[in-house]
Amino acid sequence: MGWRLALRPYVLIVPALLLTCGILYPFGLGLYYTLFDFSASKPQPDMVRFENYETVFTQEAFWNSAWVTVLYAVGAAAVETVLGVAVALLLHRSTIVGRVLEKILILPLMIAPVIAAIIWKLMLQPSVGVINYLLKPFGLGGVQWTDTPTGALLSSIAVDVWVYTPFVAILALAGLRSLPTSPFEAAAVDGAGWWYTFRRLTLPMLWPYVLVAVIFRFMDSLKVFDIIYALTEGGPGDSTVVLQIRAYLEAIRFQRYSFGISYTIVLWAVVYLAAMVLVKHLGKIQRKAAEVK
Amino acid sequence: MDMHVHDRRRFLALTAAAAATPLLAACGAGFGGDDNKSDGSAADDVTGSFDWKREKGTTVKALLNKHPYTDALIADLKSFTEKTGIKVEYDVFPEDNYFDKLTVDLSSGRASYDVFMLGAYMVWQYGPPGWLEDLGPWMRNSSATGSEWDQADFFPNLLQADQWSLKAGAPLGQGGQYALPWGWETNVVAYNTDVFKKLGLKPAETFDELRELAGTIKRKAPGAGFDGMYGIAVRGSRSWATIHPGFMTMYARNGLRDFTVQDGKLTPAMNTPQAVAFTEDWAGMVKQGGPPSWTSYTWYQCSSDLGAKKAGMLFDADTAAYFQAVEGASPASGKIAFHPGPKGPDGSLATNMWIWSLGMNAKSKKKSASWLFLQWATGKEHLLKSAITHNHIDPVRKSIADDGAYKDKMKHLPGFIETFETVVDQTKIQFTPQAQFFDATTSWAAALQEIYGGQGAKSVLDGLAGDLADKVG
Repeated sequence: MGWRLALRPYVLIVPALLLTCGILYPFGLGLYYTLFDFSASKPQPDMVRFENYETVFTQEAFWNSAWVTVLYAVGAAAVETVLGVAVALLLHRSTIVGRVLEKILILPLMIAPVIAAIIWKLMLQPSVGVINYLLKPFGLGGVQWTDTPTGALLSSIAVDVWVYTPFVAILALAGLRSLPTSPFEAAAVDGAGWWYTFRRLTLPMLWPYVLVAVIFRFMDSLKVFDIIYALTEGGPGDSTVVLQIRAYLEAIRFQRYSFGISYTIVLWAVVYLAAMVLVKHLGKIQRKAAEVK
Repeated sequence: MDMHVHDRRRFLALTAAAAATPLLAACGAGFGGDDNKSDGSAADDVTGSFDWKREKGTTVKALLNKHPYTDALIADLKSFTEKTGIKVEYDVFPEDNYFDKLTVDLSSGRASYDVFMLGAYMVWQYGPPGWLEDLGPWMRNSSATGSEWDQADFFPNLLQADQWSLKAGAPLGQGGQYALPWGWETNVVAYNTDVFKKLGLKPAETFDELRELAGTIKRKAPGAGFDGMYGIAVRGSRSWATIHPGFMTMYARNGLRDFTVQDGKLTPAMNTPQAVAFTEDWAGMVKQGGPPSWTSYTWYQCSSDLGAKKAGMLFDADTAAYFQAVEGASPASGKIAFHPGPKGPDGSLATNMWIWSLGMNAKSKKKSASWLFLQWATGKEHLLKSAITHNHIDPVRKSIADDGAYKDKMKHLPGFIETFETVVDQTKIQFTPQAQFFDATTSWAAALQEIYGGQGAKSVLDGLAGDLADKVG
């Protein structure tokens, strides 16, 4: 075997190795920093081992943020999934209107979430916003959308839903269009109704696609920052301070670097575990879908 | 075959070691980069007679915040280059992310920017890690500083605001001069003269009157032809910036403190019975006469609501009202007047200030040229030109405040000069200097929002004080 041939596997592995190092190096460095009390006021810090994590887990603020993050992620992912699938089912019938709507549907995805949040902030403005203007004839013109904790959280979820429902719809639509036609034809011949066909055929076969969308949206929503920060800055009070915002405030605004990174490491662990569970579940669902087909 | 496997393992082991080396080196190198710091100031290297052309051919890099003061500076940069032969390159960022950009840049330990804008509060955050050049030695060195710079011409409270010993709780005006006052703002009440005239109102002299006035305007103004007008615009977003203008001014006029300091130890004082009562009243005023969606209100919204005739009054920076009051700037221009605002129970007009200051990066490689730039930008010639031909108002220098051309320019604004002159000597930083300022005030703003939302002021402020005690103690 010539030396060139012997070297080839090592050369081929270089890009993957560089990529791995590029990912692991900052991650490892961040992890390492969490073992110190590194902050702007202490540029030469002492090793404190796991003290930062202890502090994180004993803080009421952390548990509040964790709760808000989970509420947000579950709420946004659930609404987007239901709406996304519903929209996909409507668009599945390939009419001219459907094809036009498909093009329009994709528009929110082309807007940066932070811009979408700013647009919505203006629209939700109680005195000059268009939402209250439209609601005025129904006697609901004075709603202060983001002034209450529940209102602020729901408004943030609504913006997320507006931006990302098309993403779920597009994935679900792609799934619908790739389903085999024969089971549906057989069901039609047997006289199965729409609801029965949807429940017993469409949904089981569509689930793998929907679950991919859910995985993406749930993980992304756990990491949300831009929409909430632009809309409420985490307020009123601490009611919409999700883990990312808490980490940003600690690390950048208050310059407690180690502590801020500890928050992000905890968030990473949560996202990683959630992703593992969902991906494992995806495998099962894919096997079931294959059985239906 | 065995040899091949062995080779692969050795290769992977060597690669892993190579990848780990920079990681360990970076970790070993410490945090925040180079820490070789000499005790001597670079100002000592400047000798001989003062010469504006000393650094001819140098380029200074500046980081600036988007602001009318910045516009005035940029418009006059050509004069600086002509005078010194120094070029200035600059980046301008909007205020929303200006300080994040500056913080990240300074904390990286690099000298991307030689000079930058900052507020006095930022000295408390950037000073202790050693990111700011102490300008004191530069000011004292007659070879580096021209006699016409005239340090005594600055309002003393402004120079003191940027001077600190870097010890938490220590008063300002002692220790290093970490920035120079360049433009500032005092917090007063501006009001719409039309609505006051129509409703037969006059500016409030006490806080109780102000609360009542705010409620009255919100109730009566829409029926008097001012559709959608509310009483008083004050900031409410979950940010440190909510606390420092109107709220802190009125808080200080009531004789209240953010922290008490004993033997260098800081104790939060936002939950004293008097502070709780005041905070409750402030939140009540916002509910009765404040803007809808107050929890998202920044100075932009407050200022534009006054200009759009949506707000009857504004309790914020005088500049925030001024930018709406100048001719043609807004629907309310020509109808905005200024008043010092309510006095405290003992007649106090203690006022909190914001100073746009200019600072120098301690890691700058062009300190001598940067100092010439700071000297020029805070000098009489440029500031007078900026005040008269641009909107660089609220002069940091007494000579400009007294200048006839400046007074001529400002006199068409009812009450502006009188208000400025009434509060100028009583305006200072009303906060206790300490490095956790941004955490404390952001949490304070969140607490204010919770009280506005209906939670009990005492329990919320007790929680705030307890949380802050651990952080600043």
